[in-house]
Amino acid sequence: MDLGFSEEQEMLRKTARDFLETECPTSLVKEMAEDEQGYTSELWGKMAELGWMGLALPEEHDGMGMSFLDLAVLLEEMGRACLPGPFFSTVVLGGLTILEAGNEEQKKEFLPKIAAGEAILTMALTEPSASYDPASITVKAVPDKDDYVISGTKLFVENAHIADYLICVTRTKDGAGKGEDGITLFLVDGKSPGITTTLLKTIAGDKQCEITFDNVRVPQKNMLGERDKGWPVVAKILQKATVAKCAEMIGGAQAALDMSVAYAKERIQFGRPIGSFQAIQHHCANMVTDVDGSRFITYQAAWKVSEGLPAVMEVSMAKAWVSEAYRRVTQLGHQIHGGIGFCMDHDMPLYFKRAKAAEPTFGSADWHREIVARELGL
Amino acid sequence: MDLDFTEEQDMLRNSARDFLSTECDKAMVRQIEESEEGYSPEIWRKMAELGWQGLLIPEEYDGMGMGLMDLVVIFEEIGRNILPSPFLVTVALGTPPIVEGGSEEQKKEILPRVSSGEAILTLALTEPSAGYTADCVELKADAQGDSFVLNGTKLFVEFASASDYMVVVARTKSGGDPENGITLLLVDSKSPGIKIEPFATTGMDKQCEVVFDNVSVPKGNIIGELDKGWPIMAKTLEKATVAKCAEMVGGMQAVLDMSVAYAKERVQYGRPIGSFQAIQHMLADMYLRVETSKNILYQAAWMVSEGLPAAEKVAIAKGWCNEAYKKVTEDGVEVHGAIGTTRDHDMGLYYRRSKAAEPTFGDTESQRELVAQQLGL
Amino acid sequence: MDFSFSPDEEKFRQEVHDFVAREVPPGLETGVGGFVESEDEWQFARGMTQKLAAKGWLSMAWPKEYGGQDAHMKSVILNEEMNYLGAPGLDFGGVGMLAPALMAHGTEEQKKRFLPGIASGDVLWCQGWSEPGAGSDLPSLTTRAVEDGDDFVINGQKVWTSHAQHANWCFLLVKTDPDAEPKHRGISFLLVDFKAPGITISPLITMADERAFSEVFYDNVRVPKENLVGEKNRGWRVAMTAAGFERSGIYRIALARRNVDRLIQYAKEPQPDGRVPAKDPLVRQNLADLYVEGEISRILAYRVAWQQAQGLQPEWEASMARLFGCEFQQHVAHTGMEIMGLYGLLRENSKWANTECKMARQSLLAVGATIAAGTSEVQRNAIAMRGLGLPRG
Repeated sequence: MDLGFSEEQEMLRKTARDFLETECPTSLVKEMAEDEQGYTSELWGKMAELGWMGLALPEEHDGMGMSFLDLAVLLEEMGRACLPGPFFSTVVLGGLTILEAGNEEQKKEFLPKIAAGEAILTMALTEPSASYDPASITVKAVPDKDDYVISGTKLFVENAHIADYLICVTRTKDGAGKGEDGITLFLVDGKSPGITTTLLKTIAGDKQCEITFDNVRVPQKNMLGERDKGWPVVAKILQKATVAKCAEMIGGAQAALDMSVAYAKERIQFGRPIGSFQAIQHHCANMVTDVDGSRFITYQAAWKVSEGLPAVMEVSMAKAWVSEAYRRVTQLGHQIHGGIGFCMDHDMPLYFKRAKAAEPTFGSADWHREIVARELGL
Repeated sequence: MDLDFTEEQDMLRNSARDFLSTECDKAMVRQIEESEEGYSPEIWRKMAELGWQGLLIPEEYDGMGMGLMDLVVIFEEIGRNILPSPFLVTVALGTPPIVEGGSEEQKKEILPRVSSGEAILTLALTEPSAGYTADCVELKADAQGDSFVLNGTKLFVEFASASDYMVVVARTKSGGDPENGITLLLVDSKSPGIKIEPFATTGMDKQCEVVFDNVSVPKGNIIGELDKGWPIMAKTLEKATVAKCAEMVGGMQAVLDMSVAYAKERVQYGRPIGSFQAIQHMLADMYLRVETSKNILYQAAWMVSEGLPAAEKVAIAKGWCNEAYKKVTEDGVEVHGAIGTTRDHDMGLYYRRSKAAEPTFGDTESQRELVAQQLGL
Repeated sequence: MDFSFSPDEEKFRQEVHDFVAREVPPGLETGVGGFVESEDEWQFARGMTQKLAAKGWLSMAWPKEYGGQDAHMKSVILNEEMNYLGAPGLDFGGVGMLAPALMAHGTEEQKKRFLPGIASGDVLWCQGWSEPGAGSDLPSLTTRAVEDGDDFVINGQKVWTSHAQHANWCFLLVKTDPDAEPKHRGISFLLVDFKAPGITISPLITMADERAFSEVFYDNVRVPKENLVGEKNRGWRVAMTAAGFERSGIYRIALARRNVDRLIQYAKEPQPDGRVPAKDPLVRQNLADLYVEGEISRILAYRVAWQQAQGLQPEWEASMARLFGCEFQQHVAHTGMEIMGLYGLLRENSKWANTECKMARQSLLAVGATIAAGTSEVQRNAIAMRGLGLPRG
């Protein structure tokens, strides 16, 4: 057993923290929440130069060949900085899916572009049912000569409005129930005729979209993986995305904790720092316990996923726990900050809003508890 | 609006408190708990002298003809002091069906004896399914000539062992609406074919298994009408739930008082632990739970006593008191530290009762579900 | 005991309901504390205040001798209904805080001069109490007032001054004796004409995008001595009277209950995929739980109102009602978000947003609930020390 991070991981963390503190101040985060595009090409370019988009992609495809666990370390720092933009959707939802299911040709075409920061990707998975269940996939892809024709509506697709490519999760088989069988993935050019993207307005200012597909033609060669057998790929990616989201969340929770402890030491009321009051001390103690517990449970899951071990239970335990822990941490953080933290200009709300946004993303705590229950044979 | 108790009710509370603390100190509570009867016949007699058993019984049957709010006062004090006895089962479970649905003859026969403390009643409702709804009633009463013949098992019948009569909730018709086809029967607890077996419980409250093996009950012992017993039962359960909540609220208050007193006197780090914010806030939350429980209970009790539709409020009160009593006793133990976990300490008496009270007349989830149904969900 | 409202009170509740249905256009909806956002809404709200005044409702809780009706319970009903229905127009600062303080501590001259404008809804007052360094510990405020001839000269900064940009006057807490111990014995209560030179207002936008608050800077602002309420250095008592007039906190509970009722409605309706949330046992339990808390919050608030109507001064009871109500509001916001899942994240002006359950906004507003006007920690301190007699730390 080795519960520490490697030297490389520590270095990665340090580089990432330094870089993001300089390049991604919270003023930029706030600006991007209001900005329609949601990211700056300048920062995106610098991240590509550091090799971050290709961090977990193989070297043969211009990646850095590092592990998923390393990616989790990086994502934690991104969560700490509240990094805006399409890193998560491009790398975790896009890159890892192509790596998982793409054929050689597809990998050759897309992965180097991703690694170079030349392509923005996302996955069009959820629909108006807002569920991560295979049964809720109803967007249809119907074969027509050398193409497939896609029709339907996807909802809560992050960064679809700026995506060069969408990995669209479709249903290609009628009847046979609405389960896992009959789901097919397509790599769709974001500019294909028939695609309409509408940007939604969300609590955290992240860029969630509605996409309608109106007879969108996709060449057959853009199918990712096998026809009708796409769900196991989605399930695997969802697992990674869930852990990746947890890593982001613990970074945010850590930042909220650090800010709150610092404030508790410096804010004077009744002639003494508020951190000398037991109520505030216990708030801080509860927060650090939540952050630490979250980090442990997240990296346990990340390690298993990284090693390719079965991790359904660990991943769901992590998301169920971290969702609520992050919420508690930000709530207590606000309580410690009092009025000043309630101001729009303050940084605390960034974390509160992200905690809220992260809660239902890739399944709520209740959703994942249900999975844990199932894994326990209940 | 008037959110105070009457002067008479305040007096009743004071006299009940005095009586209980004199007659039933904690040493006595422990002694009674361990005894085979599970109650003290002597205290029972004295309670009757005070008129407690006849509190809800009309004066014409030697009762005091008082209301549910008065009963709430008594039960709060009983919960506060702890009085192991068949009081709740007699007064709030056995008596109401007779007052509500009994014939003149039944009332004349039974109620004066309840008032005088001569008769102990209980209700045989729950079965191994441990539910309080009509569909859980399976015990069969078959009509044979002038009698019904009862076969089946009732479980969690409190103080069946001490009872003279049981109000047995039996099924006389199956199929269709489960609430239709339920009949209440007044059964002599010593009837041939009845086997009563008490079992050990957390609350040490003489819960019994009662097996009915071809028990013959005269048809004249039907309370109310054949097949139409459930509405009487539902009303009775409302009252009994209010009484149970009052008992729980009294227990919470006792735990709070003990914990506050201890926090003021226990010194650590050179100061009373009650001066530490962590303890203060825990006690503030306990206080909040006690007060919220009281307020919602009083509202529910008032609605029942006014004959208003109260199913929703009673469910709210029970669900809330369940969680509150549980947390208050847990936190009470926490404030006391190690001493509160010892067998000789009084905290444990309340802790056990909070656990026992929780499922009685419906646990929190089932109460929430009742509320959800009332909301049309 | 009697938990019912009198027939007269019930009739009044219906009257308020009808009044709002008549006067308030559909779609307009206030936030916590009756706040509205746009300038148009603000103008409408002021009109409503005057209509309430014309009906004699605005100051109905005041004693008869000051033109009120001594109708404390009815004013709580008014407050509850207006907030439940999201109707603007109630005036808390002037009617609910300053006026009672003036009645108790003001001179005859001050009462004659200021009460009519408050009762008619013509003069808007704001509250200048909190400062950057004085939140929970309000007595440590440092805004200075120094005597100079017939005036006080004020220098300092206030925060969280509500409606400062619209207010005509401000009731201000200032330090007149910085060396006093305990600190609250160096505080005075002044009435400041907001037209006075030297006042600068800077809007303070909250994380819920509310624009009702401001920072206010005082730079050598002159206030005539006749505007001192109560004695110099004894302003704390005046402030306590102002804060003590209406303590039920019913407005917050009404708003949270409105959200619970909307969530219940939401749960009964089929969602885009045909799923009915109310079929989910977890959703049923959670909604029932919220409803229960709403009912209990309401009882606690009524209890405080009833005590006040009897002329009693609830202390810890009011802290309890407030604490419970605030945590209830947060619980609703949090559970509402859970029930709505990804949809809960949408802001109300987004495509696909639910037009009834605006939980994203509610969840942001709720953050302030346990902070503003006495944090939950301060309430628990009060309950422990005043309610249970626990020793000071």
